[in-house]
Amino acid sequence: MTAGREPVLEVLEPGLLAIVQDLGRPGLGAMGVGRAGAADEGSFRLANRLVGNAELAAAIEFVLGGLAIRFRRTATVALTGAPADVRAGERAAAFNAPFSVRAGEVLRVARPARGLRGYLAVRGGLGVTPVLGSRSWDSLAGIGPPPLRAGDLLPLADDHDGEPFVDVAPVRAPLPPLSGAATLRVLPGPRADRFAASALDRLFVSAYEVTADSDRVGLRLAGPPLPAAPGVAAELPPEGMVTGALQVPPSGRPVLFLADHPVTGGYPVVGVVLTADLPLAAQLRPGDEVRFRPTAPAAGVGGGGPVAAASGARWRRPLRG
Amino acid sequence: MRTSELHVLPCGDHAILVELDDLEDVLALNAALRGHEPAGLVDVVPAAETLLIMFDPGVTSVERLTDYLARLPDERLTADETPLVEIPVRYDGPDLDAVAEATGLSADEVVRRHAGTTYTVAFTGFAPGFAYLTGLDPRLALPRRENPRTRVPAGSVAIADRYSGVYPRSGPGGWHLLGHTDAVLWDLDRTPPAALVPGTRVRFTVRGRDGRR
Repeated sequence: MTAGREPVLEVLEPGLLAIVQDLGRPGLGAMGVGRAGAADEGSFRLANRLVGNAELAAAIEFVLGGLAIRFRRTATVALTGAPADVRAGERAAAFNAPFSVRAGEVLRVARPARGLRGYLAVRGGLGVTPVLGSRSWDSLAGIGPPPLRAGDLLPLADDHDGEPFVDVAPVRAPLPPLSGAATLRVLPGPRADRFAASALDRLFVSAYEVTADSDRVGLRLAGPPLPAAPGVAAELPPEGMVTGALQVPPSGRPVLFLADHPVTGGYPVVGVVLTADLPLAAQLRPGDEVRFRPTAPAAGVGGGGPVAAASGARWRRPLRG
Repeated sequence: MRTSELHVLPCGDHAILVELDDLEDVLALNAALRGHEPAGLVDVVPAAETLLIMFDPGVTSVERLTDYLARLPDERLTADETPLVEIPVRYDGPDLDAVAEATGLSADEVVRRHAGTTYTVAFTGFAPGFAYLTGLDPRLALPRRENPRTRVPAGSVAIADRYSGVYPRSGPGGWHLLGHTDAVLWDLDRTPPAALVPGTRVRFTVRGRDGRR
């Protein structure tokens, strides 16, 4: 998976799961290829900014710490996401601030107390070979550089864009609260009308628990099921799915789609989590509680119902054939 | 004549779902959008009766996008103007006899009906490059297998429900396997990697059957 460059990072321990991610491969949905990309995009972007990388640079997304990487050359790095203890060689380091790891030193990230995903950006970005224009691993499609294993060697690219001049970013990762449920805002639709009237109430008053079979495809949620309206089938013809969609399979238990969600699906989507709340969704770990709050469409987000087409548009009247 | 209208459903803050009457309209709107891409367009996903349109909310809005869609010219192609892909098939699939039994047809008749029609790629999904082909002879419509296989070989030509499809890569699957093809339908080193995209017409040709032909 190297692109003919001298490797700089040597993976000693990948922890539970360590993968290469960038901003993904949008635009290929018609071919059945999803976007993938960093699950907590906010933390990912911050890590790249802290080391002066370009937006498109690839970083490591890792789950619940346990990461150990030896650097063969001195490099500037930054860690963001679920904060945990960090050591570069014998020195303590911190999240949300760039620092140097010297040649031969091992960078170790411990298990975070809260949150799920961390990001390690290295100045220059990871130089693994892109697939379909992206260095992201798509766990559902099996496209991109596969999960890192002990012994993997990673080169760096030249994806920097300025100098790292920020000492520390005064931000916090989107983390679930110390106690109680995380709250995610939801825009109802596109298929809210397929559910019983009581189902929406139930969705918005209940607490759901993130279950252990959650992954980058989606958060599987345990809690009160959301029944279909009387006489409405639990399935519908397949339609396109978005990140943040709350899809409800026949069990009635919603799945919140994350970065590696299927491109199309045949179960109705009761609502979609706001883009701004997706980083928090990506930081929820099994056992965490989550609540959903309905939100009205912001100006410019709405629709629903027929829109008169201008003369000349004939989507219901073929011009030919 | 019915009035012309678009039915737009909200789909979060970065997408809309346009409901259309049928696949023909889905493919027509998809082609029009591809031919005249509006600013802020991120991705378009055609499906059976809908077109999902993802956009960058920093660049455009639901109103602007909806207005744009309504003004798009309808430049749909006639059937013989759309690309046709021929896929040679060796009809030796492990489910051929079971399909014959379930449909009350002979195996030869199943093959004749499967290869005797022109399909259209309706949409993709399930796996990269996996195309759902409409146009299946209604006599061959069967629900998926009760017990999906854990591994279906790449190139398997299969049917389920109202669709036919070809597994572009090996993986799990619950469709009925009628045969296989050596045609490479998914190649990451090719641009585009998928041979079958929505709107493409497909014809299966009989390359052999179980050593009998």
